[in-house]
Amino acid sequence: MIARRLLFAAPLIGLAGGAGAFYAYMATGRDPRGVPSVLVGRPPPPMDLEPLHEGEPRLTNAAFAVGRPSVLNFFASWCAPCRIEHPQLLRLARDGVNMLGIAYKDRPADARRFLAELGDPFRVIGQDSSGRTAIEFGVYGVPETYFIDGRGIVRWRFAGAVTPEVLADELRPLLRRWS
Amino acid sequence: MAELGHFALALACAIAIAQSILPLIGARLGEVRGAALMQTGPACAGVMFLCVGISFGALMHAYATSDFSVANVAQNSHSLKPFLYKLSGTWGNHEGSMVLWVLMLAGCSAAVAAFGRNLPAVLRADVLAVLGMIATGFLLFTLLTSNPFERVFPVPEEGRDLNPLLQDPGLAFHPPFLYAGYVGFAIAFAFACAALIEGRVDAAWGRWVRPWVLAAWLLLTLGIALGSWWAYYELGWGGYWFWDPVENASFMPWLLGTALLHSAIVVEKREALKVWTILLAILCFSLSLLGTFLVRSGVLNSVHAFATDPARGVFILGLLVLAIGGALALFAWRAPALTPKGFFAPISREGALILNNVLLASACAAVAIGTLYPIFADLVLGARITVGPAFFNATFLPMMAPLVLALPVGAMLAWKRADVAGALQRLWVAAAFAGLVLVGGMWFAGLNVLPVLGLAAAAWIFAGAVTEIGSRTRWSLSRLVRLPGAAIGMTIAHIGLAVSIAGVSGMGFSTEQIALLRPGETMQVGSTLLRFEGVNRAPGPNYLAERATVAVINPDRTERFAMHPEKRFFPSQRMTTTEAAIQTNFLRDLYVVLGDVVPEQNAAVIRAHVNPLAPWIWIGAVIMSLGGVASLSDRRHRIGAPARRTPGPVPAPAE
Repeated sequence: MIARRLLFAAPLIGLAGGAGAFYAYMATGRDPRGVPSVLVGRPPPPMDLEPLHEGEPRLTNAAFAVGRPSVLNFFASWCAPCRIEHPQLLRLARDGVNMLGIAYKDRPADARRFLAELGDPFRVIGQDSSGRTAIEFGVYGVPETYFIDGRGIVRWRFAGAVTPEVLADELRPLLRRWS
Repeated sequence: MAELGHFALALACAIAIAQSILPLIGARLGEVRGAALMQTGPACAGVMFLCVGISFGALMHAYATSDFSVANVAQNSHSLKPFLYKLSGTWGNHEGSMVLWVLMLAGCSAAVAAFGRNLPAVLRADVLAVLGMIATGFLLFTLLTSNPFERVFPVPEEGRDLNPLLQDPGLAFHPPFLYAGYVGFAIAFAFACAALIEGRVDAAWGRWVRPWVLAAWLLLTLGIALGSWWAYYELGWGGYWFWDPVENASFMPWLLGTALLHSAIVVEKREALKVWTILLAILCFSLSLLGTFLVRSGVLNSVHAFATDPARGVFILGLLVLAIGGALALFAWRAPALTPKGFFAPISREGALILNNVLLASACAAVAIGTLYPIFADLVLGARITVGPAFFNATFLPMMAPLVLALPVGAMLAWKRADVAGALQRLWVAAAFAGLVLVGGMWFAGLNVLPVLGLAAAAWIFAGAVTEIGSRTRWSLSRLVRLPGAAIGMTIAHIGLAVSIAGVSGMGFSTEQIALLRPGETMQVGSTLLRFEGVNRAPGPNYLAERATVAVINPDRTERFAMHPEKRFFPSQRMTTTEAAIQTNFLRDLYVVLGDVVPEQNAAVIRAHVNPLAPWIWIGAVIMSLGGVASLSDRRHRIGAPARRTPGPVPAPAE
């Protein structure tokens, strides 16, 4: 009888658990967009990624140490907000920012087609088919963008689409400050 | 005007409080002593609907007249915007869409008050009280955290405009249908709570709740289909479903709602599956609430997310816990007393419907896990992981396969005790047809196995549905006309499902080409030849467009017709949208998108798809909802409703 009672109370217990988790999630201030990355103030984790385009150089940490700020962007052809932020990435590339791209869990052909259609802002593109590098970075989901200063230190991370507002209000000031 | 709207909303909130208390007390006093108090239920419902209607009208008026002294209008509208988008902009933002949400909820109360006259007074009073409680919660939420009528001073010269992606006829219709469906499940939820309060679920309850579930389900079906169609033609990505968290949030109640639709039949016909049906009704609306929470709290990253505010998230979470927790506590307390009646054989119509429920609920669970996994992975594992579409394809499809396979067989089984061999025997033509499609598909498509299997499944369901109705009417038209609406509705809905599955499968054969073209150059996609003619600039009312001309040509280079994909730049939001050009012959869509334009060379990137059977995805959804309409028209939903006191054998024509 008690077992039967417990069975009927199971949905309620499930709800309590779920709601508690949601609350904990919100209470710790984990807004997925604004989560400060543990990487801020540190160099990015070591990486060595296959190039997206055959014959081009691999994406390694050497790509950051170029004496000017870099923007590292995780993207995927299957990711909807990536298309929204793409014009902003192109604008940054036109302004001479060292743009680095990582194709996250994507078929290389799809990622190449994505860039062929929308334009390719990246100087070096690596492919992270296994998602391994994304885990090292603590990527929340695509798109996600990192700002790395000229000495190779991560200064800012942003999860979500880099909209024109984010570009104007956050990335531009960072660029002014670190270059 | 705005103050009038605000006042009407506050008044509605006061009335909702009355509606949640008075009828409930009346119902406890009994049918005679509490009659007067119970009568306040329908009256409150009517007045509340009127008040929320006035409030919604006032907000819409502010949008129509571009009254930028209202902060919400200033943030989301623009004086140059076409009139239709000014109106639809009313619900293109968080605050306005909450008013629409509440309007739908008040509409549910009013509908129960108006169409529920033949319900027992106590049941109706309880249902209205529960609906009143939900309305109170959401009215408070709107008034306290999301007031759309706030003024702004100084009054801005011009509004900040609506997100251009939302400036589309699709937005005018997608949210109202979706919300009507979402919120419509509140009625089933209220019926479940009322049944738990009374401690009684019987065949009559099953019959009363079913039309409301049907109505909510068919509206949600249309809402989801409209959203997916809008994504297909407006976003220009060539896809129609992205397993985006918010899409999933609307899909989960649909899956459970479909399960509820079927389990309510078992309650009505066999008085079995009562506890499960009650739980489904509660969970179905809970998922609607969860969807609202996910979209508006900002816990998940999505293309749909509204501007978020942590205070709102906590408020909605509180509401969620109160509403769902209250219902589930009631469930834990009262449901153990509900005892099943009668003998239950696994091989029977009701057995098949249980299989349907188990599979739909599991599919829903799979979608829920995929959607919420990132949050829990973050909390528990400390890792930030999102699951891609691959997860959903790998978990959702295996759940759908047995469902599709069993559907025609289940529909052929009789109630109580059935004969599978007999059902299979009558289905041999359908099976042969599906086999033919399978072999033919393999012949033409070779190794592209999954879409071919999908087409065969569609053929199996379609032929099965036709066989079922044919064998029931013995292929006589006069018998078909006299069939109850519910039976015809089932056939139509299953045919709609088959059409949708065929459309989804057909999309699996789509081909795509991308090329950088100069005027006069051609490209080929599938067997279609396209010639790029050039790009010119075309100003729109509040945007600048780059408009390409792409001619579809015959092999001898004569033109068959021209297509005009566009890119539109909206200066007010500094945003560009793509307008795909789509030409359909209902067997395939030719879908052309304008990519990057290279002005120096007068060249442009053109992406073209041939999407076989694509329109069927949405045509199928419309057919499914027509099935819902046919089922709603069943006279049993209107006649014989007050049959609770004399529970004679429920007339159960072999369905």
